[in-house]
Amino acid sequence: MRSGIRGRALLAYLVALVTIAPLLWLLLTAFRPAAELFSVGWPSALTLDNVGYVLTEVPFLRYLANSAFISVVVTALALLVHSMAAYALARMHFRGRGIAFAAVIATLLISLPVILVPLFLVVRTLGMVDTYAGLIVPGVFNAFGIFLLRQFYLGVPRELEDAAQLDGCGHWRTYWHVVLPLSRPMLAALAVLFFLANWNSFLWPLAVAQDESLRVVQVGIASLQGQYASKQQYVIAAALLAAIPTVLVFLLGQRKLISSLKTTGLK
Amino acid sequence: MSARRSDGRAALGFLAPDAVGLLVFVAVPTVLALVVGLFEVDGFGNVGWAGLDNFRLMAGDGLLWRSFGITALYAGLFVPLVFACGLALALLVRDHFPGVGAVRAALFLPNAVSLVVIGLLWQFLLTDKTGLVSRVLAVFGLDGVSWLGDPDLALVTLVLISVWFLMGYQMLIFLGGLNDIPGDLYDAATVDGAGAWHRFRHVTWPMLRPTSFFVLVTSTVNAVAGLQAFDLVFVTTSGGPANATSTVVYYAYQQAFQFGRFGYAAAICALLVLLLGAITGVLFAATRGGRFDA
Repeated sequence: MRSGIRGRALLAYLVALVTIAPLLWLLLTAFRPAAELFSVGWPSALTLDNVGYVLTEVPFLRYLANSAFISVVVTALALLVHSMAAYALARMHFRGRGIAFAAVIATLLISLPVILVPLFLVVRTLGMVDTYAGLIVPGVFNAFGIFLLRQFYLGVPRELEDAAQLDGCGHWRTYWHVVLPLSRPMLAALAVLFFLANWNSFLWPLAVAQDESLRVVQVGIASLQGQYASKQQYVIAAALLAAIPTVLVFLLGQRKLISSLKTTGLK
Repeated sequence: MSARRSDGRAALGFLAPDAVGLLVFVAVPTVLALVVGLFEVDGFGNVGWAGLDNFRLMAGDGLLWRSFGITALYAGLFVPLVFACGLALALLVRDHFPGVGAVRAALFLPNAVSLVVIGLLWQFLLTDKTGLVSRVLAVFGLDGVSWLGDPDLALVTLVLISVWFLMGYQMLIFLGGLNDIPGDLYDAATVDGAGAWHRFRHVTWPMLRPTSFFVLVTSTVNAVAGLQAFDLVFVTTSGGPANATSTVVYYAYQQAFQFGRFGYAAAICALLVLLLGAITGVLFAATRGGRFDA
């Protein structure tokens, strides 16, 4: 096995480079002068004109702020409610626990596109169309987080909890002061995952919010595409602005994210 | 059950927020998805009984069946490709070598970017004649290919973009599966004189069965009813050219949110829900191993 490792490493570097090349090209193109938009060589100069235009002539800062607000709130709420549910499913004894977990797992197979129409009708009935609540609340409830956290809690040593309970801690204090701090690495990984999913979400915001002031960044860039069909440098610059936060969040949290996803596996 | 007291009431408190949320925003819509199709629901909230009208309408809707065919073709190409790429990449970056962490991160990176950005980016790179891909291919004398504009090619192009987008994610899942295979099994196989192929065939492959099942199900659900079947299509081709990339979920979205035919769109999705259930069942039987839980 040893002999092949160097060749495999070289191949891996090459494949990785080819994989991210289009993203590096996006980065370079956003700073190209408009006249050289489609040229293949290195640009004669790098310019901030495209990015500047998008930030000043389009309400792009508003889109960015909407996306940031929605993503952060959904992430925080999701971490809280999913860790609570996962704690109960992993560490508490009650009738119907197996059924409750099976029900949670079943919802993993439901994807947004197939329930888009009825979900929209439910949200409309609740009067949440064209509100921040409509953009935020349905985004919180996804069984994936419960599943990962439960797997993690199953592996937490029982002794710590028992010690806390002997000290007179109820379930809530045990959860808040013992289990939550212990699960910080998993919570960090999920925070990255939830943030990415919500920052990148497009279909739901497109369906639930027509109001311009509620427009999120993904819907914003998609609408620029039609508006600036002949000035693609702006669309590319906007795409870069939408991608930067996700790439940064990913790079900051990737170690935790990658190791937690690797253990997602099915045990 | 141990002698431990039952935590029934306390557990309820912990479960309540998620239970209510999942009920209202996932379970109710799922059940509704199966019945809304029996009603005529327009964009203004008017509801009327439609009986089987929507389903009768579906039977005669050629474009709808075409979209099912397109979705099947898309999944048929995408699932094996992303499976093979994910597994190959996982085997490639399984062992430690300098920079392996960065390589894994780079391979996953497209998945961190939104499908809208991915779509815009590839549309730009694939622009006829002036795009980077055309320029590069022209060097090899392969110019004049219209990747997204040719009805015979557009769907394949979307499949390739999707594979590039999702292969890093599936790679990570496979890495997790590979991690769980005890090293002694390989040592034993090596002692028995098994070469690399035999080790893969008789140790890795059978031990990966639960992971393979997971990857097959998630990539099938993604291909048939995932966001990529909508977001990417919306941004790159809007279902065109000549409806060649109009997937079922894109078609259903158009029916509901462009034409206000919510009942009809729901009926389409009901069929999709049943179909996905059936596919998952078949995959479960075929891989004999959807062990989600110990």
